[in-house]
Amino acid sequence: MSRVLVLLAHPAFEKSRVNRRLAEAVTGLPGVTVHDLYEAYPDFDVEVPREQELLLAHDVLVVQHPLYWYSTPALVKQWEDLVLEHGWAYGTGATALRGKVWLSAVSSGGREAAYQPDGHNRFTIRQLLAPLEQTARLCGMRFLAPFVVHGTHLLADSEIAAHAASYRRTLEALRDGSLDIEAAQQASRLNADLDALIRPLEASRGR
Amino acid sequence: MAAEGFFFQAFVYLAAAVVSVPLAKRAGLGSVLGYLIAGVVIGPFAMGLVGEEGSDVMHFAEFGVVMMLFLVGLELEPDRLWRLRGALLGLGGLQVTGTAALALLAALATGLTWQQGLAVGLTLAMSSTAIVLQTLDERGLMKTPAGESAFAVLLFQDLAVIPILAVFPLLAPHGAAVTAHEAAGHATTWVDGLPAWAQTLAVLAAVAAVVVSGRFLVRPAFRAIARTRLREIFTAAALLLVIAIALLMTKVGLSPALGTFLAGVVLATSEYRHELVGDIEPFKGLLLGLFFISVGASIDFHLLAARPGLVVALVAGVMVAKAAVLLGLGTLFRLGPDQNLLTAAALCQVGEFAFVLFAQAAQAGVLPAQLTATLIAVVALSMALTPLALLLVDRALLPRLAVAHAPARAPDTVDEHHPVIIAGFGRFGHIVGRLLKANGVGTTVLDVDADRVELLRKMGLKVFYGDASRHELLHAAGADKARLLVLALDSPERTLELVATARKHFPQLVILARAEDRTDASELMAAGVQHVYRDTLDTSLRMGVDALRLLGHRGYHAHRAARTFRRHDEESVRQIGAVRGDRAAYINLARERIADLERILLADLARGPELHDDGWDVTTLREDVRQATAARAGADGVAAAGGPPHPGRV
Repeated sequence: MSRVLVLLAHPAFEKSRVNRRLAEAVTGLPGVTVHDLYEAYPDFDVEVPREQELLLAHDVLVVQHPLYWYSTPALVKQWEDLVLEHGWAYGTGATALRGKVWLSAVSSGGREAAYQPDGHNRFTIRQLLAPLEQTARLCGMRFLAPFVVHGTHLLADSEIAAHAASYRRTLEALRDGSLDIEAAQQASRLNADLDALIRPLEASRGR
Repeated sequence: MAAEGFFFQAFVYLAAAVVSVPLAKRAGLGSVLGYLIAGVVIGPFAMGLVGEEGSDVMHFAEFGVVMMLFLVGLELEPDRLWRLRGALLGLGGLQVTGTAALALLAALATGLTWQQGLAVGLTLAMSSTAIVLQTLDERGLMKTPAGESAFAVLLFQDLAVIPILAVFPLLAPHGAAVTAHEAAGHATTWVDGLPAWAQTLAVLAAVAAVVVSGRFLVRPAFRAIARTRLREIFTAAALLLVIAIALLMTKVGLSPALGTFLAGVVLATSEYRHELVGDIEPFKGLLLGLFFISVGASIDFHLLAARPGLVVALVAGVMVAKAAVLLGLGTLFRLGPDQNLLTAAALCQVGEFAFVLFAQAAQAGVLPAQLTATLIAVVALSMALTPLALLLVDRALLPRLAVAHAPARAPDTVDEHHPVIIAGFGRFGHIVGRLLKANGVGTTVLDVDADRVELLRKMGLKVFYGDASRHELLHAAGADKARLLVLALDSPERTLELVATARKHFPQLVILARAEDRTDASELMAAGVQHVYRDTLDTSLRMGVDALRLLGHRGYHAHRAARTFRRHDEESVRQIGAVRGDRAAYINLARERIADLERILLADLARGPELHDDGWDVTTLREDVRQATAARAGADGVAAAGGPPHPGRV
């Protein structure tokens, strides 16, 4: 069983519709730790040792946030800059994060059609997350296709609920080792076809 | 009548000082020369305003030397001595022994006994701490290698005075001391008529008494006095201490200067050091000035006129010999040629200790009075010539040496003084001090709570007792060299006083001031303080943030709300400070505070602090997208929804 750490970053969580539902869906799950960055570090004073301990104590890192200006909210960047130290996360002899899994879980106002080479935003979400992907790569982590909730402005309540359930299912599969990591690294959007990526529980146990 | 005479004397002395010292300083000669010239002018050989009674004044003024030695002792912190030990023992020790040996040879050649030669030699080895330090400081040379080595030599000389004074009775021919005393009509001492070894024993006992009582009696006494928080009583106690020791030393036939010097050394590590310096300094300055005036007045020009050749030869000989010894030592200690010349020129005169030592030697019967009279004239002249010697080196010799003559500015960390002075080390100031210390910033702390000072010093902190609103104390704490002054006092009135003092005397200091409330804060701002910190503002805001969070507000939101509120509040303090204007309109401060509070509450009602976080608010954006989508559905949905009209949320 893998341990899953969710880094939740939303500066106005109290106003959130989608991210709150996603977070609620995975809070309290066995083997899953939800870590609310903006609540923990309202003054951006990230405690590096504490964050590094958390990373060491988990196998899967889920970075969950709304997409702001095609990127993360500011505190995620601050967290990366401070926590992923040279000599610890990357560089000669740095093995702290090697082999761990990075999953970005992103909500975006634009529809999926807009995030296409011929669309309004010209890039896919996965392409836009290239800096995160390379960050994970440099730290020896395996970067999965992002879990994306598109078109949040138009989502009905029931649709949000469905996304929350998929999110929960994804994290459970990551925890239980039933997600096909190899295939997940190749995909464009993780939750485009979850059924294709998640093996039946028995199969994974048999391995 | 006596009073009138006294007033006339005081008038003459003060007027001479007030006129001639500024003139001498303007001419680049330094204040010591100014006093000496004033003395010559009013003395019996010029205007004749002071005559025979000049010697009485001299006795009184010698007390200035006593006080100066007390202060010199106070400056001698053990760790500073330890740091300078190499230069001190090497350069200083060799300078004194070398010069004394040269003088001894010369004295033997002129037919003096070896005892007399030794006394003269040791005395002439002394340089003038007062002149040299002041001159070097005025020229900004204290931090150069020349300044440092000059300081070390002077320090060694100051220390050497103790054994020299103790040794003088032993140099006297048998019975000479007693006769000399009687001849001079001196007050009888407790040790008169004792054999020389017993006198020396008595001296040692007195020294031990000063050291022991300084350590175990004086400090608790000062602590008790400090607790009364009466400034004048502290001053009185400081004077009492100096006078008592001077009296004791006189009674055992020793120089009072020596005793107070010792007391100063003993108290150098005490928490009351800066306060003592601040208290004694003005007395010392005046009395020392008086002393120099009387030295000037007592220069025997008849002697000069009678044997000008001898005196001139002696002055030249002494100065050249001293300079030669110093030049040799400087080469030995690898000083650069320019620094070496400067050191030699600075230290080539004979110092004010010589007046004391010669008086002592005459009293002990070591030297005949006529010899000391000549030598005192020589000493005074050599002191007068020091600025000229330095000028000569500076203008004539150094340029020829063709060495880069830019005194290297030492980095701040080497400076003995800390860059930050903290006034008030209570529950507010100590946090500032600890934070600075934790980050390697040295602080000098001043506090008026005697118990707290005692405790903090036990914990190994550098804390001094003293009321920081006195500019002498600020000066003693190094305010002229410090960069920041942190005012963390709990009394707004005293804080304002201190701000006025500091801005007047030390305009380069950046002031950070603690304020009790917004009324204080606006007064401090009006007084020109840029950095004002309200006592409870940050704590109240933090409490407010926690209250919001406990009520379920998000941490980041509460944090930003507090920052926003704080900006709003600071702004209103500024505005209200500007609006309040006429202070007389308020009957008292309490009414004024209520009025301020009323204004601020009204301002809150009219326009509370707004939290600008619309960047994260998607309400308008969502509305836009919905309308665009509806329009597209109606118009066959050709174009994609327009770009996000609201920034950020993509």
